[in-house]
Amino acid sequence: MRRWLIWAPLAAFALLFAVVAAGLFRPAERVVRSGLVGKPVPEFALDPLIPGKPGLSSATLRGGEPRLVNMFASWCVPCIAEAPQLIALKRQGVRIDGVAVRDSTAALRGFLRRNGDPFDRIGDDKARAVQLALGSAGIPESFVVDGRGVIRHQHIGYIRPDDVPKLLAEIEKAR
Amino acid sequence: MAEAGLAALWLAAALALAQLALAGLGLRRPELLGSVRPVAVTQGALVAFAMAMLMGVFWTSDMSVRLVATNSHSAKPLLYKVTGAWGNHEGSMLLWVTILGLAGAAVAWFERRLDERTLVATLGAQGLIALGFYAFLLFSSNPFARLNPAAPEGLGLNPVLQDPGLAFHPPTLYAGYVGLSVAFSFAVGALVTRDVGPSFARAMRPWVLAAWVLLTIGITAGSYWAYYELGWGGYWFWDPVENASLMPWLAATALLHSVTVLATRDGLRAWTVMLAVVAFSMSMLGTFLVRSGILTSVHAFAVDPERGAFILALLGLYIGGALALFAARIGAVRSGAPFDLVSREAGLVANNLLLSVILGIVLIGTLYPLAAAAFGAQLSVGPPFFNKTAGVIALVLVALIGAGPLIRWRRDDGQAVLGRMTWPIAATLFTAAGLFAFNGPMSPLPFLGLSLAVGLAVASIVPLLGRNLRRTPLFTWGMVLAHLGVAVSLAGMASDAAFTDERLVAARVGERTNVGPYAVTLLGIAPRIGENWTALEGRLTAERDGEATPLHPQSRFFSDPATTTSESAILTTADGQLYAVLGQPDGQGQWQLRLWWKPYVTFIWLGGALIALGGALSLLGRLGRERRTRMREVWA
Amino acid sequence: MSAVLALLAAVATPAPYAYVQLRDPAQEAQARALMAELRCLVCQGQSIADSDADMAGDMRSLVRERIAAGEEPAAVREWLIGRYGDYVTYDPPLSAATAPLWIAPILLLGLGAWIARASLKRRRG
Repeated sequence: MRRWLIWAPLAAFALLFAVVAAGLFRPAERVVRSGLVGKPVPEFALDPLIPGKPGLSSATLRGGEPRLVNMFASWCVPCIAEAPQLIALKRQGVRIDGVAVRDSTAALRGFLRRNGDPFDRIGDDKARAVQLALGSAGIPESFVVDGRGVIRHQHIGYIRPDDVPKLLAEIEKAR
Repeated sequence: MAEAGLAALWLAAALALAQLALAGLGLRRPELLGSVRPVAVTQGALVAFAMAMLMGVFWTSDMSVRLVATNSHSAKPLLYKVTGAWGNHEGSMLLWVTILGLAGAAVAWFERRLDERTLVATLGAQGLIALGFYAFLLFSSNPFARLNPAAPEGLGLNPVLQDPGLAFHPPTLYAGYVGLSVAFSFAVGALVTRDVGPSFARAMRPWVLAAWVLLTIGITAGSYWAYYELGWGGYWFWDPVENASLMPWLAATALLHSVTVLATRDGLRAWTVMLAVVAFSMSMLGTFLVRSGILTSVHAFAVDPERGAFILALLGLYIGGALALFAARIGAVRSGAPFDLVSREAGLVANNLLLSVILGIVLIGTLYPLAAAAFGAQLSVGPPFFNKTAGVIALVLVALIGAGPLIRWRRDDGQAVLGRMTWPIAATLFTAAGLFAFNGPMSPLPFLGLSLAVGLAVASIVPLLGRNLRRTPLFTWGMVLAHLGVAVSLAGMASDAAFTDERLVAARVGERTNVGPYAVTLLGIAPRIGENWTALEGRLTAERDGEATPLHPQSRFFSDPATTTSESAILTTADGQLYAVLGQPDGQGQWQLRLWWKPYVTFIWLGGALIALGGALSLLGRLGRERRTRMREVWA
Repeated sequence: MSAVLALLAAVATPAPYAYVQLRDPAQEAQARALMAELRCLVCQGQSIADSDADMAGDMRSLVRERIAAGEEPAAVREWLIGRYGDYVTYDPPLSAATAPLWIAPILLLGLGAWIARASLKRRRG
């Protein structure tokens, strides 16, 4: 057997060791990002869920002004946690639209009454058709969409208080 | 009791150190050689005593021991109290070194054929392995830590974990892993003394066989458990935890065959040593992958990165050290006996090669997402990849399994081998033609799988033809059964893939659904109340040829923590299983039902059981023959 | 209590084709094969074909609806990969990032054959 071949198993093992050690000490992020960031919002039109509040369609997201599209649901606990931050963004002049995922009118009403209502429009995403079309892997999740309907930024997970300035900056960039 | 256990553990650790040191010195100063065996035996006795003490505090529900308070409960059934001793991290680690210590003691007590220096070096390596785990236990996972003040009651009464399968699954796998660690120690011992030969292979073989049998049982049982528990009729998902259990098995299977070549024909010396190292490294890697939780898996485990780091450090130390020793020493090992291109040895080389390639593919496929993540790429590797690569190679291997035992050792004639293969080849072609004629086009893997399974089944019994069956040695029977088991299992997998009938329906009460040969009717839904769950139970009746059988799948709600599980109802018959799951109601009187008719799916696990039985028979045969030869030597 | 009921109601109504097969067996077989290789995004390593998660159900429904509408399975797969990246499929598409993975089996076979040949030569000599 050739000399160098004798050391090959040890080298292979060193490589294996490096891979698992890297996995242990530098865990990679486990969130799944949407491939649509930088691309136009796919065509969709969602019915209203709450009487008096309009539904949401892709056409309204091309209204010339950047908007924040928030995927949420009344049954989602972190959504309650991020509600105050949405209200704060609304106060700073951000236009916010909601996509209510798998929700019902009664439950959603109660949710908005308890946690406030920052939404201009709320679309009824019954079977996650729009959530899947946007490449969102969970809720809550928020997309910054610019005035021409192009997705500029995706925020995964709930919006923490210190995320508010970051999101404001993203909205500014999208102007 | 806890203090006695802890004291025994410290003493055992000290003896492991002594075992290592004496072995190291003994190789230079022969007068010390004799002291190593008694030390190993005492170490085994002490660690077994520590384990007994731990089981004792669990038995008596001594809530002043932290481990008992956090994992047990006074109201648990006695059996689960005692098995609860290893249902947690600390206890399972203690169980690991207990089995290791007992194995070391057994080697020291029984092994008489091996050169004394090699044996002592082997025991030294055992001491080193044990020492690492003792350090782990004593410094970071003390199972005997006290709780002051004692807890009034234990926390652990999770009935989901009170399952006989789960109680005995870990000891089975650990015993298998320890068996591979003994093989590893033999390999290290042989490398230290440069004494790699048939006597080393014969000493190692029973341990490899035993480990292999236990791993086979563990994988087969785990697969059936996933099949009935997860509720979608799948039995193997190429999930990281499953792969972690498969990799040591693949390595052990290869080792089992190469060690036979070394024992019988004194060939494949370096390769056998290499495989022994690989097999143990795969069992350590498996433990690491499962315990560290760095890969996401359906089979959730309590994970802890710090413990992961410890296991990883041990892995690096033992395997890195052994491979360095291999590289430094293997040049000094003379190459073994020669053999021809057409010979049993060459066939086994091909077997080893394909098994190693499959092992490599499973290893790379399992870890690839991790490596890709280090470069920022996010991807998944799953069943399609493994089936297209490892699956195809496994089919080639199956053909080889059929041919291997029909080839003679050392040198054979290709024409003659083909002659002996007439019936198996005819059976394969006949099955393939039959499938094509009566079933029409099929997907390639199940088609080839079924055809080759029938061929292998025929080929596996050919070695018995023309022999006096009474005088056929037990280990030949073992080989025949194990190879037949592979055919049976493969047939089950292929049949499940090709012929499963699936029916997903929203059924009203009284509605009939046809699935396979059955007509299933939903008679009603009834509430059921268990110890800590409530359930909706579907009352189904399955009719076939005028005979009705009740089926009661449940949808269970556990309150603490709030979870819903589906308990599938399975009707087993000679020609397959009817698998029924009750889903959610739609609120308008309809219930989701998931029904599968899976022809011959039971063959998958039946084959696994045959493989394990074959291994057990081989082991008995080998041990029996050795005892007889030893007695003859004594009388002579 | 009402909140809990509402929660159950929200979860309990599955998407139209989450637990319902397509009429056409050929289309159902195509959908079934595709679902088995798509990863459930909210589960711990399960395909959408064998997960009880309601998002998996919604994805099954999406796959079946699109295939029923006459779309090719490959197109549905592309559509999902465009949104969720390679992570969503258990069958990694060939790319610079996955080339080593797909080449590895061939490489291993070649390496094995080479080692075997070398050792056979030596043995026979």
